[in-house]
Formats: sequence, structure tokens, C-alpha cells
Amino acid sequence: MADVNEGGPPGRYAPSSSPLVLPHGMPGPSPGIPSQARRPLARTEPRAVRVAAILLVLVYLAGFLLLPLAAVFCEALAQGWRVYLAALREPEAWAALRLSLTATLAAVTLNTSFGLAAGWLLGKFQFPGRRLLGTLIDLPFAVSPVVAGLMFMLIFGAQGWLGPWLIARDIRIAFALPGIVLATSFVTFPFVARELAPVFQAAGGEQEEAARMLGASGWQIFWRVSLPGARWGLAYGVILCSARAMGEFGAVSVVSGHIRGLTDTLPLHIEALYNEYQFSAAFACASLLSLTALLTVGLKAWVGRRRNEGPPQPRSAA
Amino acid sequence: MALAPASRSRLPGFHLSLGLTLLWVGLLVLLPLAALVLKAATASPAQVLAVAASPRVLASLRLSLLASLAAALVNLGAGTLLAWVLVRYQPPGSGLLDALVDLPFALPTAVAGIALTRIYMADGWVGRHLPFRVAFTPVGVFVALVFIGLPFVVRTVQPVLMDLPPEEEEAAACLGASRTRILLRVVLPHLRPALVTGFALALARGMGEYGSVIFISANLPFRTEIPPLLIVSRLEQYDYLGATVIACMLLVISFLLLFLLQILQRGGRAVRHG
Repeated sequence: MADVNEGGPPGRYAPSSSPLVLPHGMPGPSPGIPSQARRPLARTEPRAVRVAAILLVLVYLAGFLLLPLAAVFCEALAQGWRVYLAALREPEAWAALRLSLTATLAAVTLNTSFGLAAGWLLGKFQFPGRRLLGTLIDLPFAVSPVVAGLMFMLIFGAQGWLGPWLIARDIRIAFALPGIVLATSFVTFPFVARELAPVFQAAGGEQEEAARMLGASGWQIFWRVSLPGARWGLAYGVILCSARAMGEFGAVSVVSGHIRGLTDTLPLHIEALYNEYQFSAAFACASLLSLTALLTVGLKAWVGRRRNEGPPQPRSAA
Repeated sequence: MALAPASRSRLPGFHLSLGLTLLWVGLLVLLPLAALVLKAATASPAQVLAVAASPRVLASLRLSLLASLAAALVNLGAGTLLAWVLVRYQPPGSGLLDALVDLPFALPTAVAGIALTRIYMADGWVGRHLPFRVAFTPVGVFVALVFIGLPFVVRTVQPVLMDLPPEEEEAAACLGASRTRILLRVVLPHLRPALVTGFALALARGMGEYGSVIFISANLPFRTEIPPLLIVSRLEQYDYLGATVIACMLLVISFLLLFLLQILQRGGRAVRHG
């Protein structure tokens, strides 16, 4: 956690928590670009080097980022709009989209409630074992999504710990929505917490103290002072969490059981179509998710900019 | 010491947030992890060896390790250059470029996988211009991991570059150091911890990646299979124990790599501050 943000603005990030650096997620917030008015000669390179570097970066980004994105839309429309729209109107595609949205909503709700508690705990208090707890929260980032799915199968699968007990009572977790939600939640577990902890830590100390002196209760302080101050951090965490949840593939692929129209999420539906050589349909569904991704990237940039406009100013607790 | 907050202790909610956090961490992280470890513990040494020493598993681990390392190295160079251009040169449209860097993170891995496969196939936009095959070869695995790992180095180096005080570079320039020398001796040491972190993030992500790789690799045994795929295929044969053993190997290797890089970073930090 701390190491990801090594060298960031002082106080904006949580101090040391995890000995392991745990990936699979988004490393820290995009800091946005401040205007740099003066550019002393000592701090820059010759013009030719600058131009070459910029060109190189543009070519790299175009080749590596824009080309795949363009390919998705071209392939989706390769057989015309009629085929494209027909692919999106398939009942199975709709069922997959609904399932993806349901699972995302559930996982984001769950992880936001957890993230608020964990962010508050790690951001506001020092206690023995705090570092270890931070590591445990980050742990899902170091675990391959497929391994995450396997873990839940070992608990809820037919051969798992609870499998026979659940089957006897006809409770479906593996190969059903609860399993998909659990696997998705595991993979996206740290996002909200690791965004909120540093924000809670950095902001609002005096305001909270003032609110407490004026007789506000704990909940009033939390809802009226601390949370408004952390709203952009919260938004950031929720955006990252939803993006990952919506696109989660490996973990869900293991626990879903691939029942067409029932337990296939949109990414799994894309895989099924692709493996059946229905390329236009697969890319049509992929284009939906690509649009969601573009929306996410735009939202994230916007939130990042709002967040950088100044230190978060909590509203008065009136 | 009692379990009481040491600082800012008058803020409310310590016990409530501690309880909720421990509950979720316990249910969603520790319990599944315990299930994995306990399952692995039921395997006899012979069973573990049969899986762990099988040439197919070893080949997949080797591919994963090599492709992740190579991809993380490429991203180390490209990510540093990207961060440098975004922070220092700020070409027109750099806000857009900055936002685009997050695309590999936001794009679902399966979508990235099929799109990259389409481009790098023999008749694809890029594939047809290349003298060698990319899709369905180990090179394809590498390409997918380069795509997935792009944001990590950029996002760790960028904030450090933005906070770099100009005085040191200016002083070095005044003292007559060449620009190359300044970059290597003044700027690079500041970036080192961020570079190591970004590299570690990209590497670990690559080791565990599944969705973007399985399409472009075509999953040829001994050649382009990755460990997560072997786990899935064992599960499909209801070989839970075999899958668990491979999963544990993958986890141990990832943790070891992260641990090594952490030590490397500690060393760098000690030099910097000491």
C-alpha cells in the first residue's frame, strides 16, 4: 500500500502497511497534470530529444492501446449494424449483462461497506497489528484470480468443505449468483479501503475535533464531517472497484459453471461466443464492455482532476 | 498494551470499524486462504511431487515467469518514458494521454484478450506485417502481459516525478554536470523505489493473469500454457487436489518475487536516506 504510493504528496497516502506489494489493481491515483509555467534549461533536454520522446510515446500508445480498442469496434461492425444489433438483442447476451450488473452492484456495495470501515480504522487509529491488517487487506491483489476462484470452490464446491451440507439443503453458492458475487468481491476487495485509508488519515483532523467539541456524536462526525471530506477518494475507489468487478474473468470463470443464460457473466459470454467462432457477436458484446471501460477512464480522470483542485474541504456540520 | 488506539484516540468508531473489518477480512480473505492451505496439506508428498514435478506444470511456470519478467522489463522502460513525457514535456493532449494510460486496467481482460488476438493473428492488422508469428506462440503471452502491465510503472513513477524538487537538478547543472549525468546520478536515484514498486506490481499481475492470455496463447501444452490455465483444466476434471498444488506453487512464487523486490527496495531506501 505505502510502497505503491512511495513519494506521493506527503500525508495523502497511508504510511507503511504492507510488506508485500500487492498488485492486480490500480497503482495509486492518477495525479493529473499541473501546469508547469517555468521550464528552466537545467531541467529539460534538447528539443530534438523531447520531440523524439513524445513521438515514441505517441506511437507506443497508439499501437498498444488504441489499436486493440479500434479492433474491437471494427470486428463488432464487420458484418454491419444489423448483425451488431441482433447480437446485442440476444436473450443470452441480455441475461449475461444483467448478471454482470447484479454481481458488480453486489460486490461494490459489499466492498464499499467494508472499505468505509477499514478505511476509517486504518486512517484514524494506530493499534498493534495495523500493518499486518493492511497486508491482509491488500492480499487479494497478489492472488491470481483463478486461484481466488479455486479457493471458493474448495469451500462451496461439491467436493468442498460445505458442499455436501449445502447440496443436502439445496442451497446454491458455487455455480450460482452467490459464488459469482463472492469471487468478484474477493478480487476487488482492497480498492475502496486502500483509497479511503489515506484520505481519512490526511483530512479533517481539526474539523472532526471541532465537531466533537461542539457536541456532535460519533455518527454525526462521520456522516457530516469525515465522509464529505473523503468523497472524492470514495468515488475513486468505487470507480476502480466497479471497473474490475464488471470485467472480472478468471475468478468468475472458475465459480460460475458456465451455464448459458444463467451463470455466464458478460465476459464469460464473450468467451463462449468467441470459442464458437461467432466473432461478430463476441466483439459486439466486447464493444459494450469497451464503452464501459472508456466511460470508466473518463470518470476516473474527471474525479482525479476534481480531487487535485485542492485539499478536500469538508462541508460545515450545520 | 491494550487494544486501544494510541493517537487521535478520541475519535469514535474504533471498536465498530475494527469488528467490521476483521469480520470481512476473516470471511472473504482468511477463510478462503485457509481452505486452500488445508486442502494442500491433505496431499501426500508423493501426490505433491507428481504434480509439482510434472514437465507440463514446470513448463507453464517457466513460461509465466519468463514472459512476466520480460513484459515487466518492457513496461519499466516504456512506463518511465511515458511518465517522463507526461510530467516534463506535457505535449498537447497530454490530459487525454494520461487518461488513456488507465485503459488496460479498465478494459476487461477477456476483451483485451480477443482484441489482441485479432490484431496479432497472421492476417491481423499487426500480425500480417511481422516476419514472425505472435498469436498462438509464447511471444503472444508476452504481448498480452505488456498490455496488461502498462499502467503500473507509469502510475508509480508519475507522482514521484511531479514532486521532484528542481533545486538538485539545477545545482548539478550549475556545477557543470551534463544532462545525461544529471539524469543518471540525480534523477534516477529518486525514482528507484517507485521503479522497483511498479516493476513488482506489473510482474505479479503478469504471473496471475488469465483472461487476456488464454485467447492469444491458444493453450498449447508445453508451449503456451500458463499455470492458471492448468488450474482451470484440473478443476474441469474434478482434480481439486492437483489444482490446489499448482495454485500453491503459483502463490509461493509470486510471494517470493514480491518479497525479493521488497528487500531490494528496502536496500535502495536505506542508501537514499542513509
